[in-house]
Amino acid sequence: MKRFFSRLASSESVAGYVFLLPNFLGFLLFTSLPVLASLVLSFMDWDILTPPKFVGITNFVNLFHDKLFWQYVGNTVYLMINIPLCMVGALLVALLMNQKLRGIVIYRTIYFLPSVCSGVAICLLWRWLYNPDFGLINTMLSQVGIQGPDWLSSIAWAKPALMLMGLWGAVGGMNMILYLAALQGVPPELYEAAEIDGANAWQKFKAITLPFLSPTTFFIGIMAIINGFQGGFMSAFIMTGGGPAGSTTTIEYYIYSNAYQWFKMGYAASIAWVLFIVVLLITLFNWRFGGKLVQYN
Amino acid sequence: MSSMQNNEAQVISRAPVRVNSDAYIRSRKRKHVRERFLMTITHLVLIIGGISMIVPFLWMLSTSLKEPGAVFTFPPQWIPKPVMWENYVRAWKAVPFGRFYLNSIFVAVCVTFGQVFTSSLAAYAFARLHFPGRDKLFLCYLATMMIPGSVTMIPVFILLKTIGWIDTYWALIVPGIFSAYGTFMLRQFFMGLPKDLEDAAKIDGCSLFGIYYRVILPLSLPALATLTTFTFMGSWNSFMWPLIVINSMEKKTLPVGLASFQGLYTTDWTLLMAGSIIVLLPVLIVFIFNQRFFVKGIQLGAVKG
Repeated sequence: MKRFFSRLASSESVAGYVFLLPNFLGFLLFTSLPVLASLVLSFMDWDILTPPKFVGITNFVNLFHDKLFWQYVGNTVYLMINIPLCMVGALLVALLMNQKLRGIVIYRTIYFLPSVCSGVAICLLWRWLYNPDFGLINTMLSQVGIQGPDWLSSIAWAKPALMLMGLWGAVGGMNMILYLAALQGVPPELYEAAEIDGANAWQKFKAITLPFLSPTTFFIGIMAIINGFQGGFMSAFIMTGGGPAGSTTTIEYYIYSNAYQWFKMGYAASIAWVLFIVVLLITLFNWRFGGKLVQYN
Repeated sequence: MSSMQNNEAQVISRAPVRVNSDAYIRSRKRKHVRERFLMTITHLVLIIGGISMIVPFLWMLSTSLKEPGAVFTFPPQWIPKPVMWENYVRAWKAVPFGRFYLNSIFVAVCVTFGQVFTSSLAAYAFARLHFPGRDKLFLCYLATMMIPGSVTMIPVFILLKTIGWIDTYWALIVPGIFSAYGTFMLRQFFMGLPKDLEDAAKIDGCSLFGIYYRVILPLSLPALATLTTFTFMGSWNSFMWPLIVINSMEKKTLPVGLASFQGLYTTDWTLLMAGSIIVLLPVLIVFIFNQRFFVKGIQLGAVKG
């Protein structure tokens, strides 16, 4: 104990705490205490105006029986089908670009454009593209004789429409750049050796390229899943308002509505905590089992 | 697929040529032809993809310059006649875009400066200084990086409401200044710096703050630039938080301002597209002239922990 305090008072320790202090205060006020506060809140019933009431696990019980919640969980998971599609798309673009092409910088810039744009402007643009009568997509479809659907107002098409927009924005974005960097890290000698052994292109891709990309794939996949569970708010808010009939409302949107539109703070906190636990479990599962598939060289 | 073919071709060209028979030359010629063919295909695919990336933007530009009635013609006209530059003036006057710009810039600069400052200080402490509880604290930081934003947002909202910060710039700036991610990223970078320079500075009687300021920071410019870019972009594009904490029009940032612009002119597409371009154009210009820098930053920012 005495040693602990003498170390505490040593000049380097003091300096350490001083350096840490500004960040740590923020960490305490805006991250760690709020996490605990929202856990406490999830056992309360509170509309901000009247004093909070302790209600035990009522919020969680209600949540479990909340049909809307399960529908929105379904929507969120449905939209996450886009994750593998986006990853394959990004990998394909990266493979194409990983050649000694002329004009690579121009391609890369063009493909990356959607990623630097403000999401709201892009959502507005796509709302106009999806316009059933005069939007670009349906007018182009009608020119080849197809009657396009009323994309954003149709229960069947609203989610695929959001996914297509996501795919458009993702194939040339961050993940493509990460894949491209990883591809450039594959030592050419490996391909030469495989070549001598008579491997064809597909065999080389499967035996050399894919294993080399596995850490990148793992990283991108984990991040995408974590973000996927918390995603879908902005595009739904701007483009569909969560509709039609709640078919584009995600968990995040439901938390937003509960907390900031209906002021059901306790209920919103309980949804947020359930979301947190789901994300935590899936990430742990990924580390535990997905990690085995990764080959670090 | 085709990238493999390319590598195959490289292998051949690098191998010392010993065989000089006709058959060998013929096979090389065949390889060459095949390689050129694959290159052409690659270009073709990339160009088609590129067109689908660009066309929505051109459509946006074209719409923004049309007469309101001209968007409802079939087939759609790509070159607007007449060109309505007035749309931009109308959009600019419809909601205070200039004000939104100032707000966005002000908030993003404050958040970025604050975050780079506090994160680099903390990262230096975590990377180089020894004090009791350091590693446990660092683990706490790491653990919180996975917590969904919506978990902490609710209590922070209540806290800011209690102290009367809702609908003020404080609410936009202060919670954004502290970031576990920034601390983590910089700490990883600082760990990789050689210690010799610091030791030399110590021997010369440099204080710890001096080492941080004169040795560590100048050596870490790439990492700092990356964090600056990401934080700035994050703040610039941030939507949900400003939507929650800001009500009055004159304090809105660009994304939220654009969203309320949409709320006012739901289906006036020429105006909406003009507004969107007003919001996008500066970012696009900055990006196009600095795209190499962006690409480097992404590769550096994805630290695999």
